[in-house]
Amino acid sequence: MRLKTFRMGGIHPDDNKISASAAVEVLPLPAVAYISMAQHLGAPATPIVQKGDKVLVGQVIAEPSGFVSAPVHSPYSGTVKAVEPRADFAGNMVTHVVIDVEGDEWLPQIDRTPEIKTEITASREEILEKIKNAGIVGLGGAAFPTHIKLSPPKDKTAECLIINGTECEPYLTSDDRIMQEEPVQIVTGARIMMKALGVPKCYIGIEENKPAAIESMKKAAADYSGIEVVVLKKKYPQGGEKQLIDAIIHRRVPSMGLPIDTGAVVQNVGTALAVYEAVQKNKPLIDNIFTVTGKCVPQQKNFDVRVGTTFRQIIEAAGGIPENAAKFVSGGPMMGKAIVNLDASTVKASAALLVLTEEETLRKKESNCIRCGKCADACPMGLQPFLLSRLARAGGRQEELEQEKVFDCIECGCCLYTCPANIPLLDVIRPAKAEVIKIMRSRPKK
Amino acid sequence: MTTTILYTVLCLVALGLIFAVVLYLVAQKFKVEEDPRIDVVESLLPGANCGGCGNAGCRAFAEQYVKSSDPDSLFCPVGGNETMGKIAAALGREAVEKEPMAAIVRCQGTSDKCARTNRYDGYASCKVAASLYSGETGCRWGCIGLGDCLDVCQFGGIRIDPRSGVADINADMCTGCGSCAKACPRGVIEMRPKGPKGRRVYVSCVNRDKGAVTRKACTVGCIGCGKCEKVCPFGAIHVENNVAYIDFTKCKLCRKCVDECPTHAIVAVNFPPRPPQAAKPAAPAGEGTPVKVTPVQ
Repeated sequence: MRLKTFRMGGIHPDDNKISASAAVEVLPLPAVAYISMAQHLGAPATPIVQKGDKVLVGQVIAEPSGFVSAPVHSPYSGTVKAVEPRADFAGNMVTHVVIDVEGDEWLPQIDRTPEIKTEITASREEILEKIKNAGIVGLGGAAFPTHIKLSPPKDKTAECLIINGTECEPYLTSDDRIMQEEPVQIVTGARIMMKALGVPKCYIGIEENKPAAIESMKKAAADYSGIEVVVLKKKYPQGGEKQLIDAIIHRRVPSMGLPIDTGAVVQNVGTALAVYEAVQKNKPLIDNIFTVTGKCVPQQKNFDVRVGTTFRQIIEAAGGIPENAAKFVSGGPMMGKAIVNLDASTVKASAALLVLTEEETLRKKESNCIRCGKCADACPMGLQPFLLSRLARAGGRQEELEQEKVFDCIECGCCLYTCPANIPLLDVIRPAKAEVIKIMRSRPKK
Repeated sequence: MTTTILYTVLCLVALGLIFAVVLYLVAQKFKVEEDPRIDVVESLLPGANCGGCGNAGCRAFAEQYVKSSDPDSLFCPVGGNETMGKIAAALGREAVEKEPMAAIVRCQGTSDKCARTNRYDGYASCKVAASLYSGETGCRWGCIGLGDCLDVCQFGGIRIDPRSGVADINADMCTGCGSCAKACPRGVIEMRPKGPKGRRVYVSCVNRDKGAVTRKACTVGCIGCGKCEKVCPFGAIHVENNVAYIDFTKCKLCRKCVDECPTHAIVAVNFPPRPPQAAKPAAPAGEGTPVKVTPVQ
C-alpha cells in the first residue's frame, strides 16, 4: 500500500535517529533551578512568588497575563532565591524565578502512583479548566497554549483530532520514546481531547521510520474504534501542522487561515501525554522528555527533564561536552535554534539538545542562483523562495513580498537545505516575513 | 525601378507627415502643465536619490518644495545649507539655515573592550543576526558589525573596522542623509549636529541593561550611574533605562561629563588636546587658549 504524505514539496534529509534505542531516564534534580516566565507563545507569565518563599512541586509560581498565555508551576520544592532577568539560550533577557532545590516534596493532590487511569470521568468544561490550569502548551515546538486550541471559535466546528507523532525532525527521538513507553497514556490523552472538542474521530500520524512506536500505539488504540493510527511516509516537514492535515485528511489550510478552517485540530503526542497527566493525575506540566544527541556525543540519551534545568547539566549527564563540539542546538537541525548560553535553562517545549561538530555545521560558500527551481519544488507551502529572498535582499519591497505570500512561510528550511548554490534563502526570508506581518497587523481592520 | 523607389519614398514621407500632424494634435490635447521650477530645483539638487529628506528621490523633493506652502520644513541633508540657499535664491525665496547633521555610532564595543562569547556563522547581515539572537558578545544592544549601514551608505562614509568589528563613520564624508540610522536594527546610529568645527560630545553606548550586567559585558559601556547627570551644569544629560543621553540642543560642549564618566562611555571628538593639568592655572586669563570651546548658537 502506498503510504500517505503531504502533496506539495518536502525533502528527505538523513533521519539520524541515533538515540532511538535509549530508554527514558530520569535526570537527577539540580541544586539550583531557573524557571523562565516566557515558556509559551504570547505574553510572558507574571511571577506571583517572592524571594524567600517556600514552594512545592506543582505549585503555581506565575499567573498567565493576557488571553494567549499560560501559568507556570514550580517543578521543584525549595526556596525562591530570586526573581530576576536572566539570559535565555539565545541571550535575550527573560524574567526567571530562581529556586534553591531542597528535597522533592510534591503537592498532595498530585497522584504519583504508577496506576494508569483510562476511564474519563471529567466533563468537557472540567477538562478545559484542568488543561488551562496545568499550564499545558503545545510541545511540538511552538508552545501555543493548548486550551485555546481546544476551544475553537464559535463559527468554526472541529471534525477530527490529529495527534502528531511524526517527529520528522532528524535526530529527535523523544516522541518516539514516549510512544513506545507510554502508549496507553497518550491514547487516553487523545480521548480526553476528543471529548473536550466533541469530535468522534482521531488520527495518530506516525512516520514509517518508527516501527516500534507504530506497533505499540496500534496496540493501545485497538480498543477504540474512533482512533486510527496512520502510518506516513518519511518526509520532512511532515510534522508541520498544515502538512500533517494535508497528509492525513487531504485538506489544505487556506492561506492566512488556521487549521480549524479544515475542521482539524492538531496536537503533539507530548501534549497528549501532558493532557493525560493533568486531567487524570492532576499533574501540571513541569517536565518533558528531552533528547541529547549528536554524532560526537559519547552517550545518546533520552531524559525525563524537569523544566528549569540548565543545558549544561543535561550535557554533563550525557557524558560531558565532547571535545570537538562546535555548536549546540536547542531542537533539531532543521528548525532548532543555536544555543549561545549553555547556562540557560530548558522550557516546557524544549525537545532536544543537539551537539554538532565544526565539520557538520560548516556553511558552504554562497554562489549565484542558477535558476534551477529546486527551492520552489521543495517548498511545502508552494512559495518561491528564490524570488522571496531576492525581494527581501533588495529591501523596501514589502508589497511584492506580501503578494508572493511570504507570510505563509513556515520557516521549515527546506529551501535552504536543497539549494545547490548554498544561498541562505530562509535566513533572509525570515526577517522579511516578520516585517511584512508587522505591516499587515498595523493596518486598520476592515 | 526608379519609380518603385520614388513611390516608396513619397509614401513614407506622406505617412511621416500624417503621423506628425496626429502626434502634434494629441500632444496639444493631452498637454500636462508642469511647473518649470521643478526642473530648476531638481537640477540644483545633488541627485543622490538617497531618500534622506523623507521623499522618494530628488525629483519628488523638488515637486514637494515647489508646491509646498511651508518649504522651510523641507531640507536636503546631503546638499546642506549651500544647496538649500541656491534653490531658495532660484525661486526667489529666503532659505532658513539649518545645522548640518552627521551620523555617529553610539558604541565603542570593540573586540578588546567587549569580549566575544560566541561566533556567528549565519548570513552576514545585522538585520538577520539581530532577528536570531543577542549577538556575538555579552552586550545585546551594541553594534553587531556585519555592515548593514555600510551597504546603504551611498557616500562611502562608513567602514567596519576589521580589527575592532564596530562600524566607523568618517564624519567628513557623512552627508547626514540618515539612511544608516534607519538601516541599523539596533538603533546604534544616531543623527546629531556636526557641531562647531566638528566638535561633538555624546554618550557612546546604548546598553539598557543594569550597570552590573553592562559592566560584565563591556568595559566602556554606560552603566547608568548618573554622575554625568549631576555634573552637567546645563541639565542636558538624563539617564533613562540605565543609559545616559546628552540632549544636543542643551549641551554647551563643556566636557565636564567626559571627565566624570567612570567607564569613559562619554566621548568628545575633534577637540584639541588639553594642556597638562599643572599648566592650567598658569595660563594667562583672557587669552585664547586651545581649550576654548565655541558654544553652539
